[in-house]
Amino acid sequence: MKALNIIETGYRATLEEQDDPGVWLAYTLKAAGADVDVLLRGNAVNYAVKDQDAGGLQYGAWRQTQPPRLAENIASLTSKGMAVFIVSEDLQERGLGGVPLIESLTPVTRNGIARLLGNYDQVWHW
Amino acid sequence: MANYLLIESRDPYGSNDTQFCCDLAKQLAQQGDAVTVFLVQNGVFPARAGARADELSALAKAGIEILADEFSLRERGIPTDRLTAGVKPAPLDVVIDRLADGCKAIWH
Amino acid sequence: MADKKTLTFALMDPPYENARSTTALRLINIAAKRGYDINVFAYEGSVFLAFAMQKPHPNAMHGRNVEEENHVLTKELVSSLMQEAMRNGGKIDWVNCGLCVDERGAVEAVEGVRRGSPADFLKMAATSDNTLVIVTRG
Repeated sequence: MKALNIIETGYRATLEEQDDPGVWLAYTLKAAGADVDVLLRGNAVNYAVKDQDAGGLQYGAWRQTQPPRLAENIASLTSKGMAVFIVSEDLQERGLGGVPLIESLTPVTRNGIARLLGNYDQVWHW
Repeated sequence: MANYLLIESRDPYGSNDTQFCCDLAKQLAQQGDAVTVFLVQNGVFPARAGARADELSALAKAGIEILADEFSLRERGIPTDRLTAGVKPAPLDVVIDRLADGCKAIWH
Repeated sequence: MADKKTLTFALMDPPYENARSTTALRLINIAAKRGYDINVFAYEGSVFLAFAMQKPHPNAMHGRNVEEENHVLTKELVSSLMQEAMRNGGKIDWVNCGLCVDERGAVEAVEGVRRGSPADFLKMAATSDNTLVIVTRG
């Protein structure tokens, strides 16, 4: 069984969870032996941006020592052998055309998503 | 040929991402797949006759089956005999039918 | 009678926050009435759907006391769905993601719910006739 995880919403609960739950789940499924890849679309394409910094949050005396490192988490997906696709037009409309992004991502156009889905037995939209 | 069920729970007035479902449905149909769009929850809002429903109209024009959850319609006071052209009311059971038949189902 | 199927649902939303939890339970209800075997992987806030410590309350706006209001408690819906599935020859395997339970303190769940992990979801998806993920929204 080959599954494509579509991750769309960006920055939902990432500061509290210290990662993105959809990305975490994809990583964990892969570690458990799943044949899974990821498609980043919508606001989640911003996860590929290198210069994100969520550090420094403090609530009274409590300081967050482990802020989310979303770009690193995405990079860890590719280093685990997952294909990570990213929608080109979603990057463009967010002004990410010339911004440094992590490597090893595979661009796909909006028109190319339908063909991509055909390569998978299951499509899970997180 | 694969079978797809796209479940659209969002409406085009509060969400600007309903175009994703519409475009995907058209692309799948163009490449020869069978696709149904199933509207549920606030996704049925554009199914009311007279509502702004550009995306539904485009889907209907492309010959794509558009079903709207009967309960969601009733819950919102949308009469099933006055729906946007191309939209048919259907029980939520259809989703289970299609899942049981092996449709690739994507919730949006 | 329809052929018996096995369906898996992955949920994310907690109760009382949006319509997705209601639709998810409606879908599970339909499958339970058909006697299907149903797997539920409750991820993130949806671990609260089966939270045993839910309590009903009265509603002053409705002018109803606790009994009259008969407030929906999703824990009761979950239990009822499990019974419905069994009554029709099926079953529900409801798994709460353990880490999600821990970080939320949602430890007490109704009977029949077990603690698990994404490995359970993987096994469920691999052995089901189909899987539907009901995504939350940011």
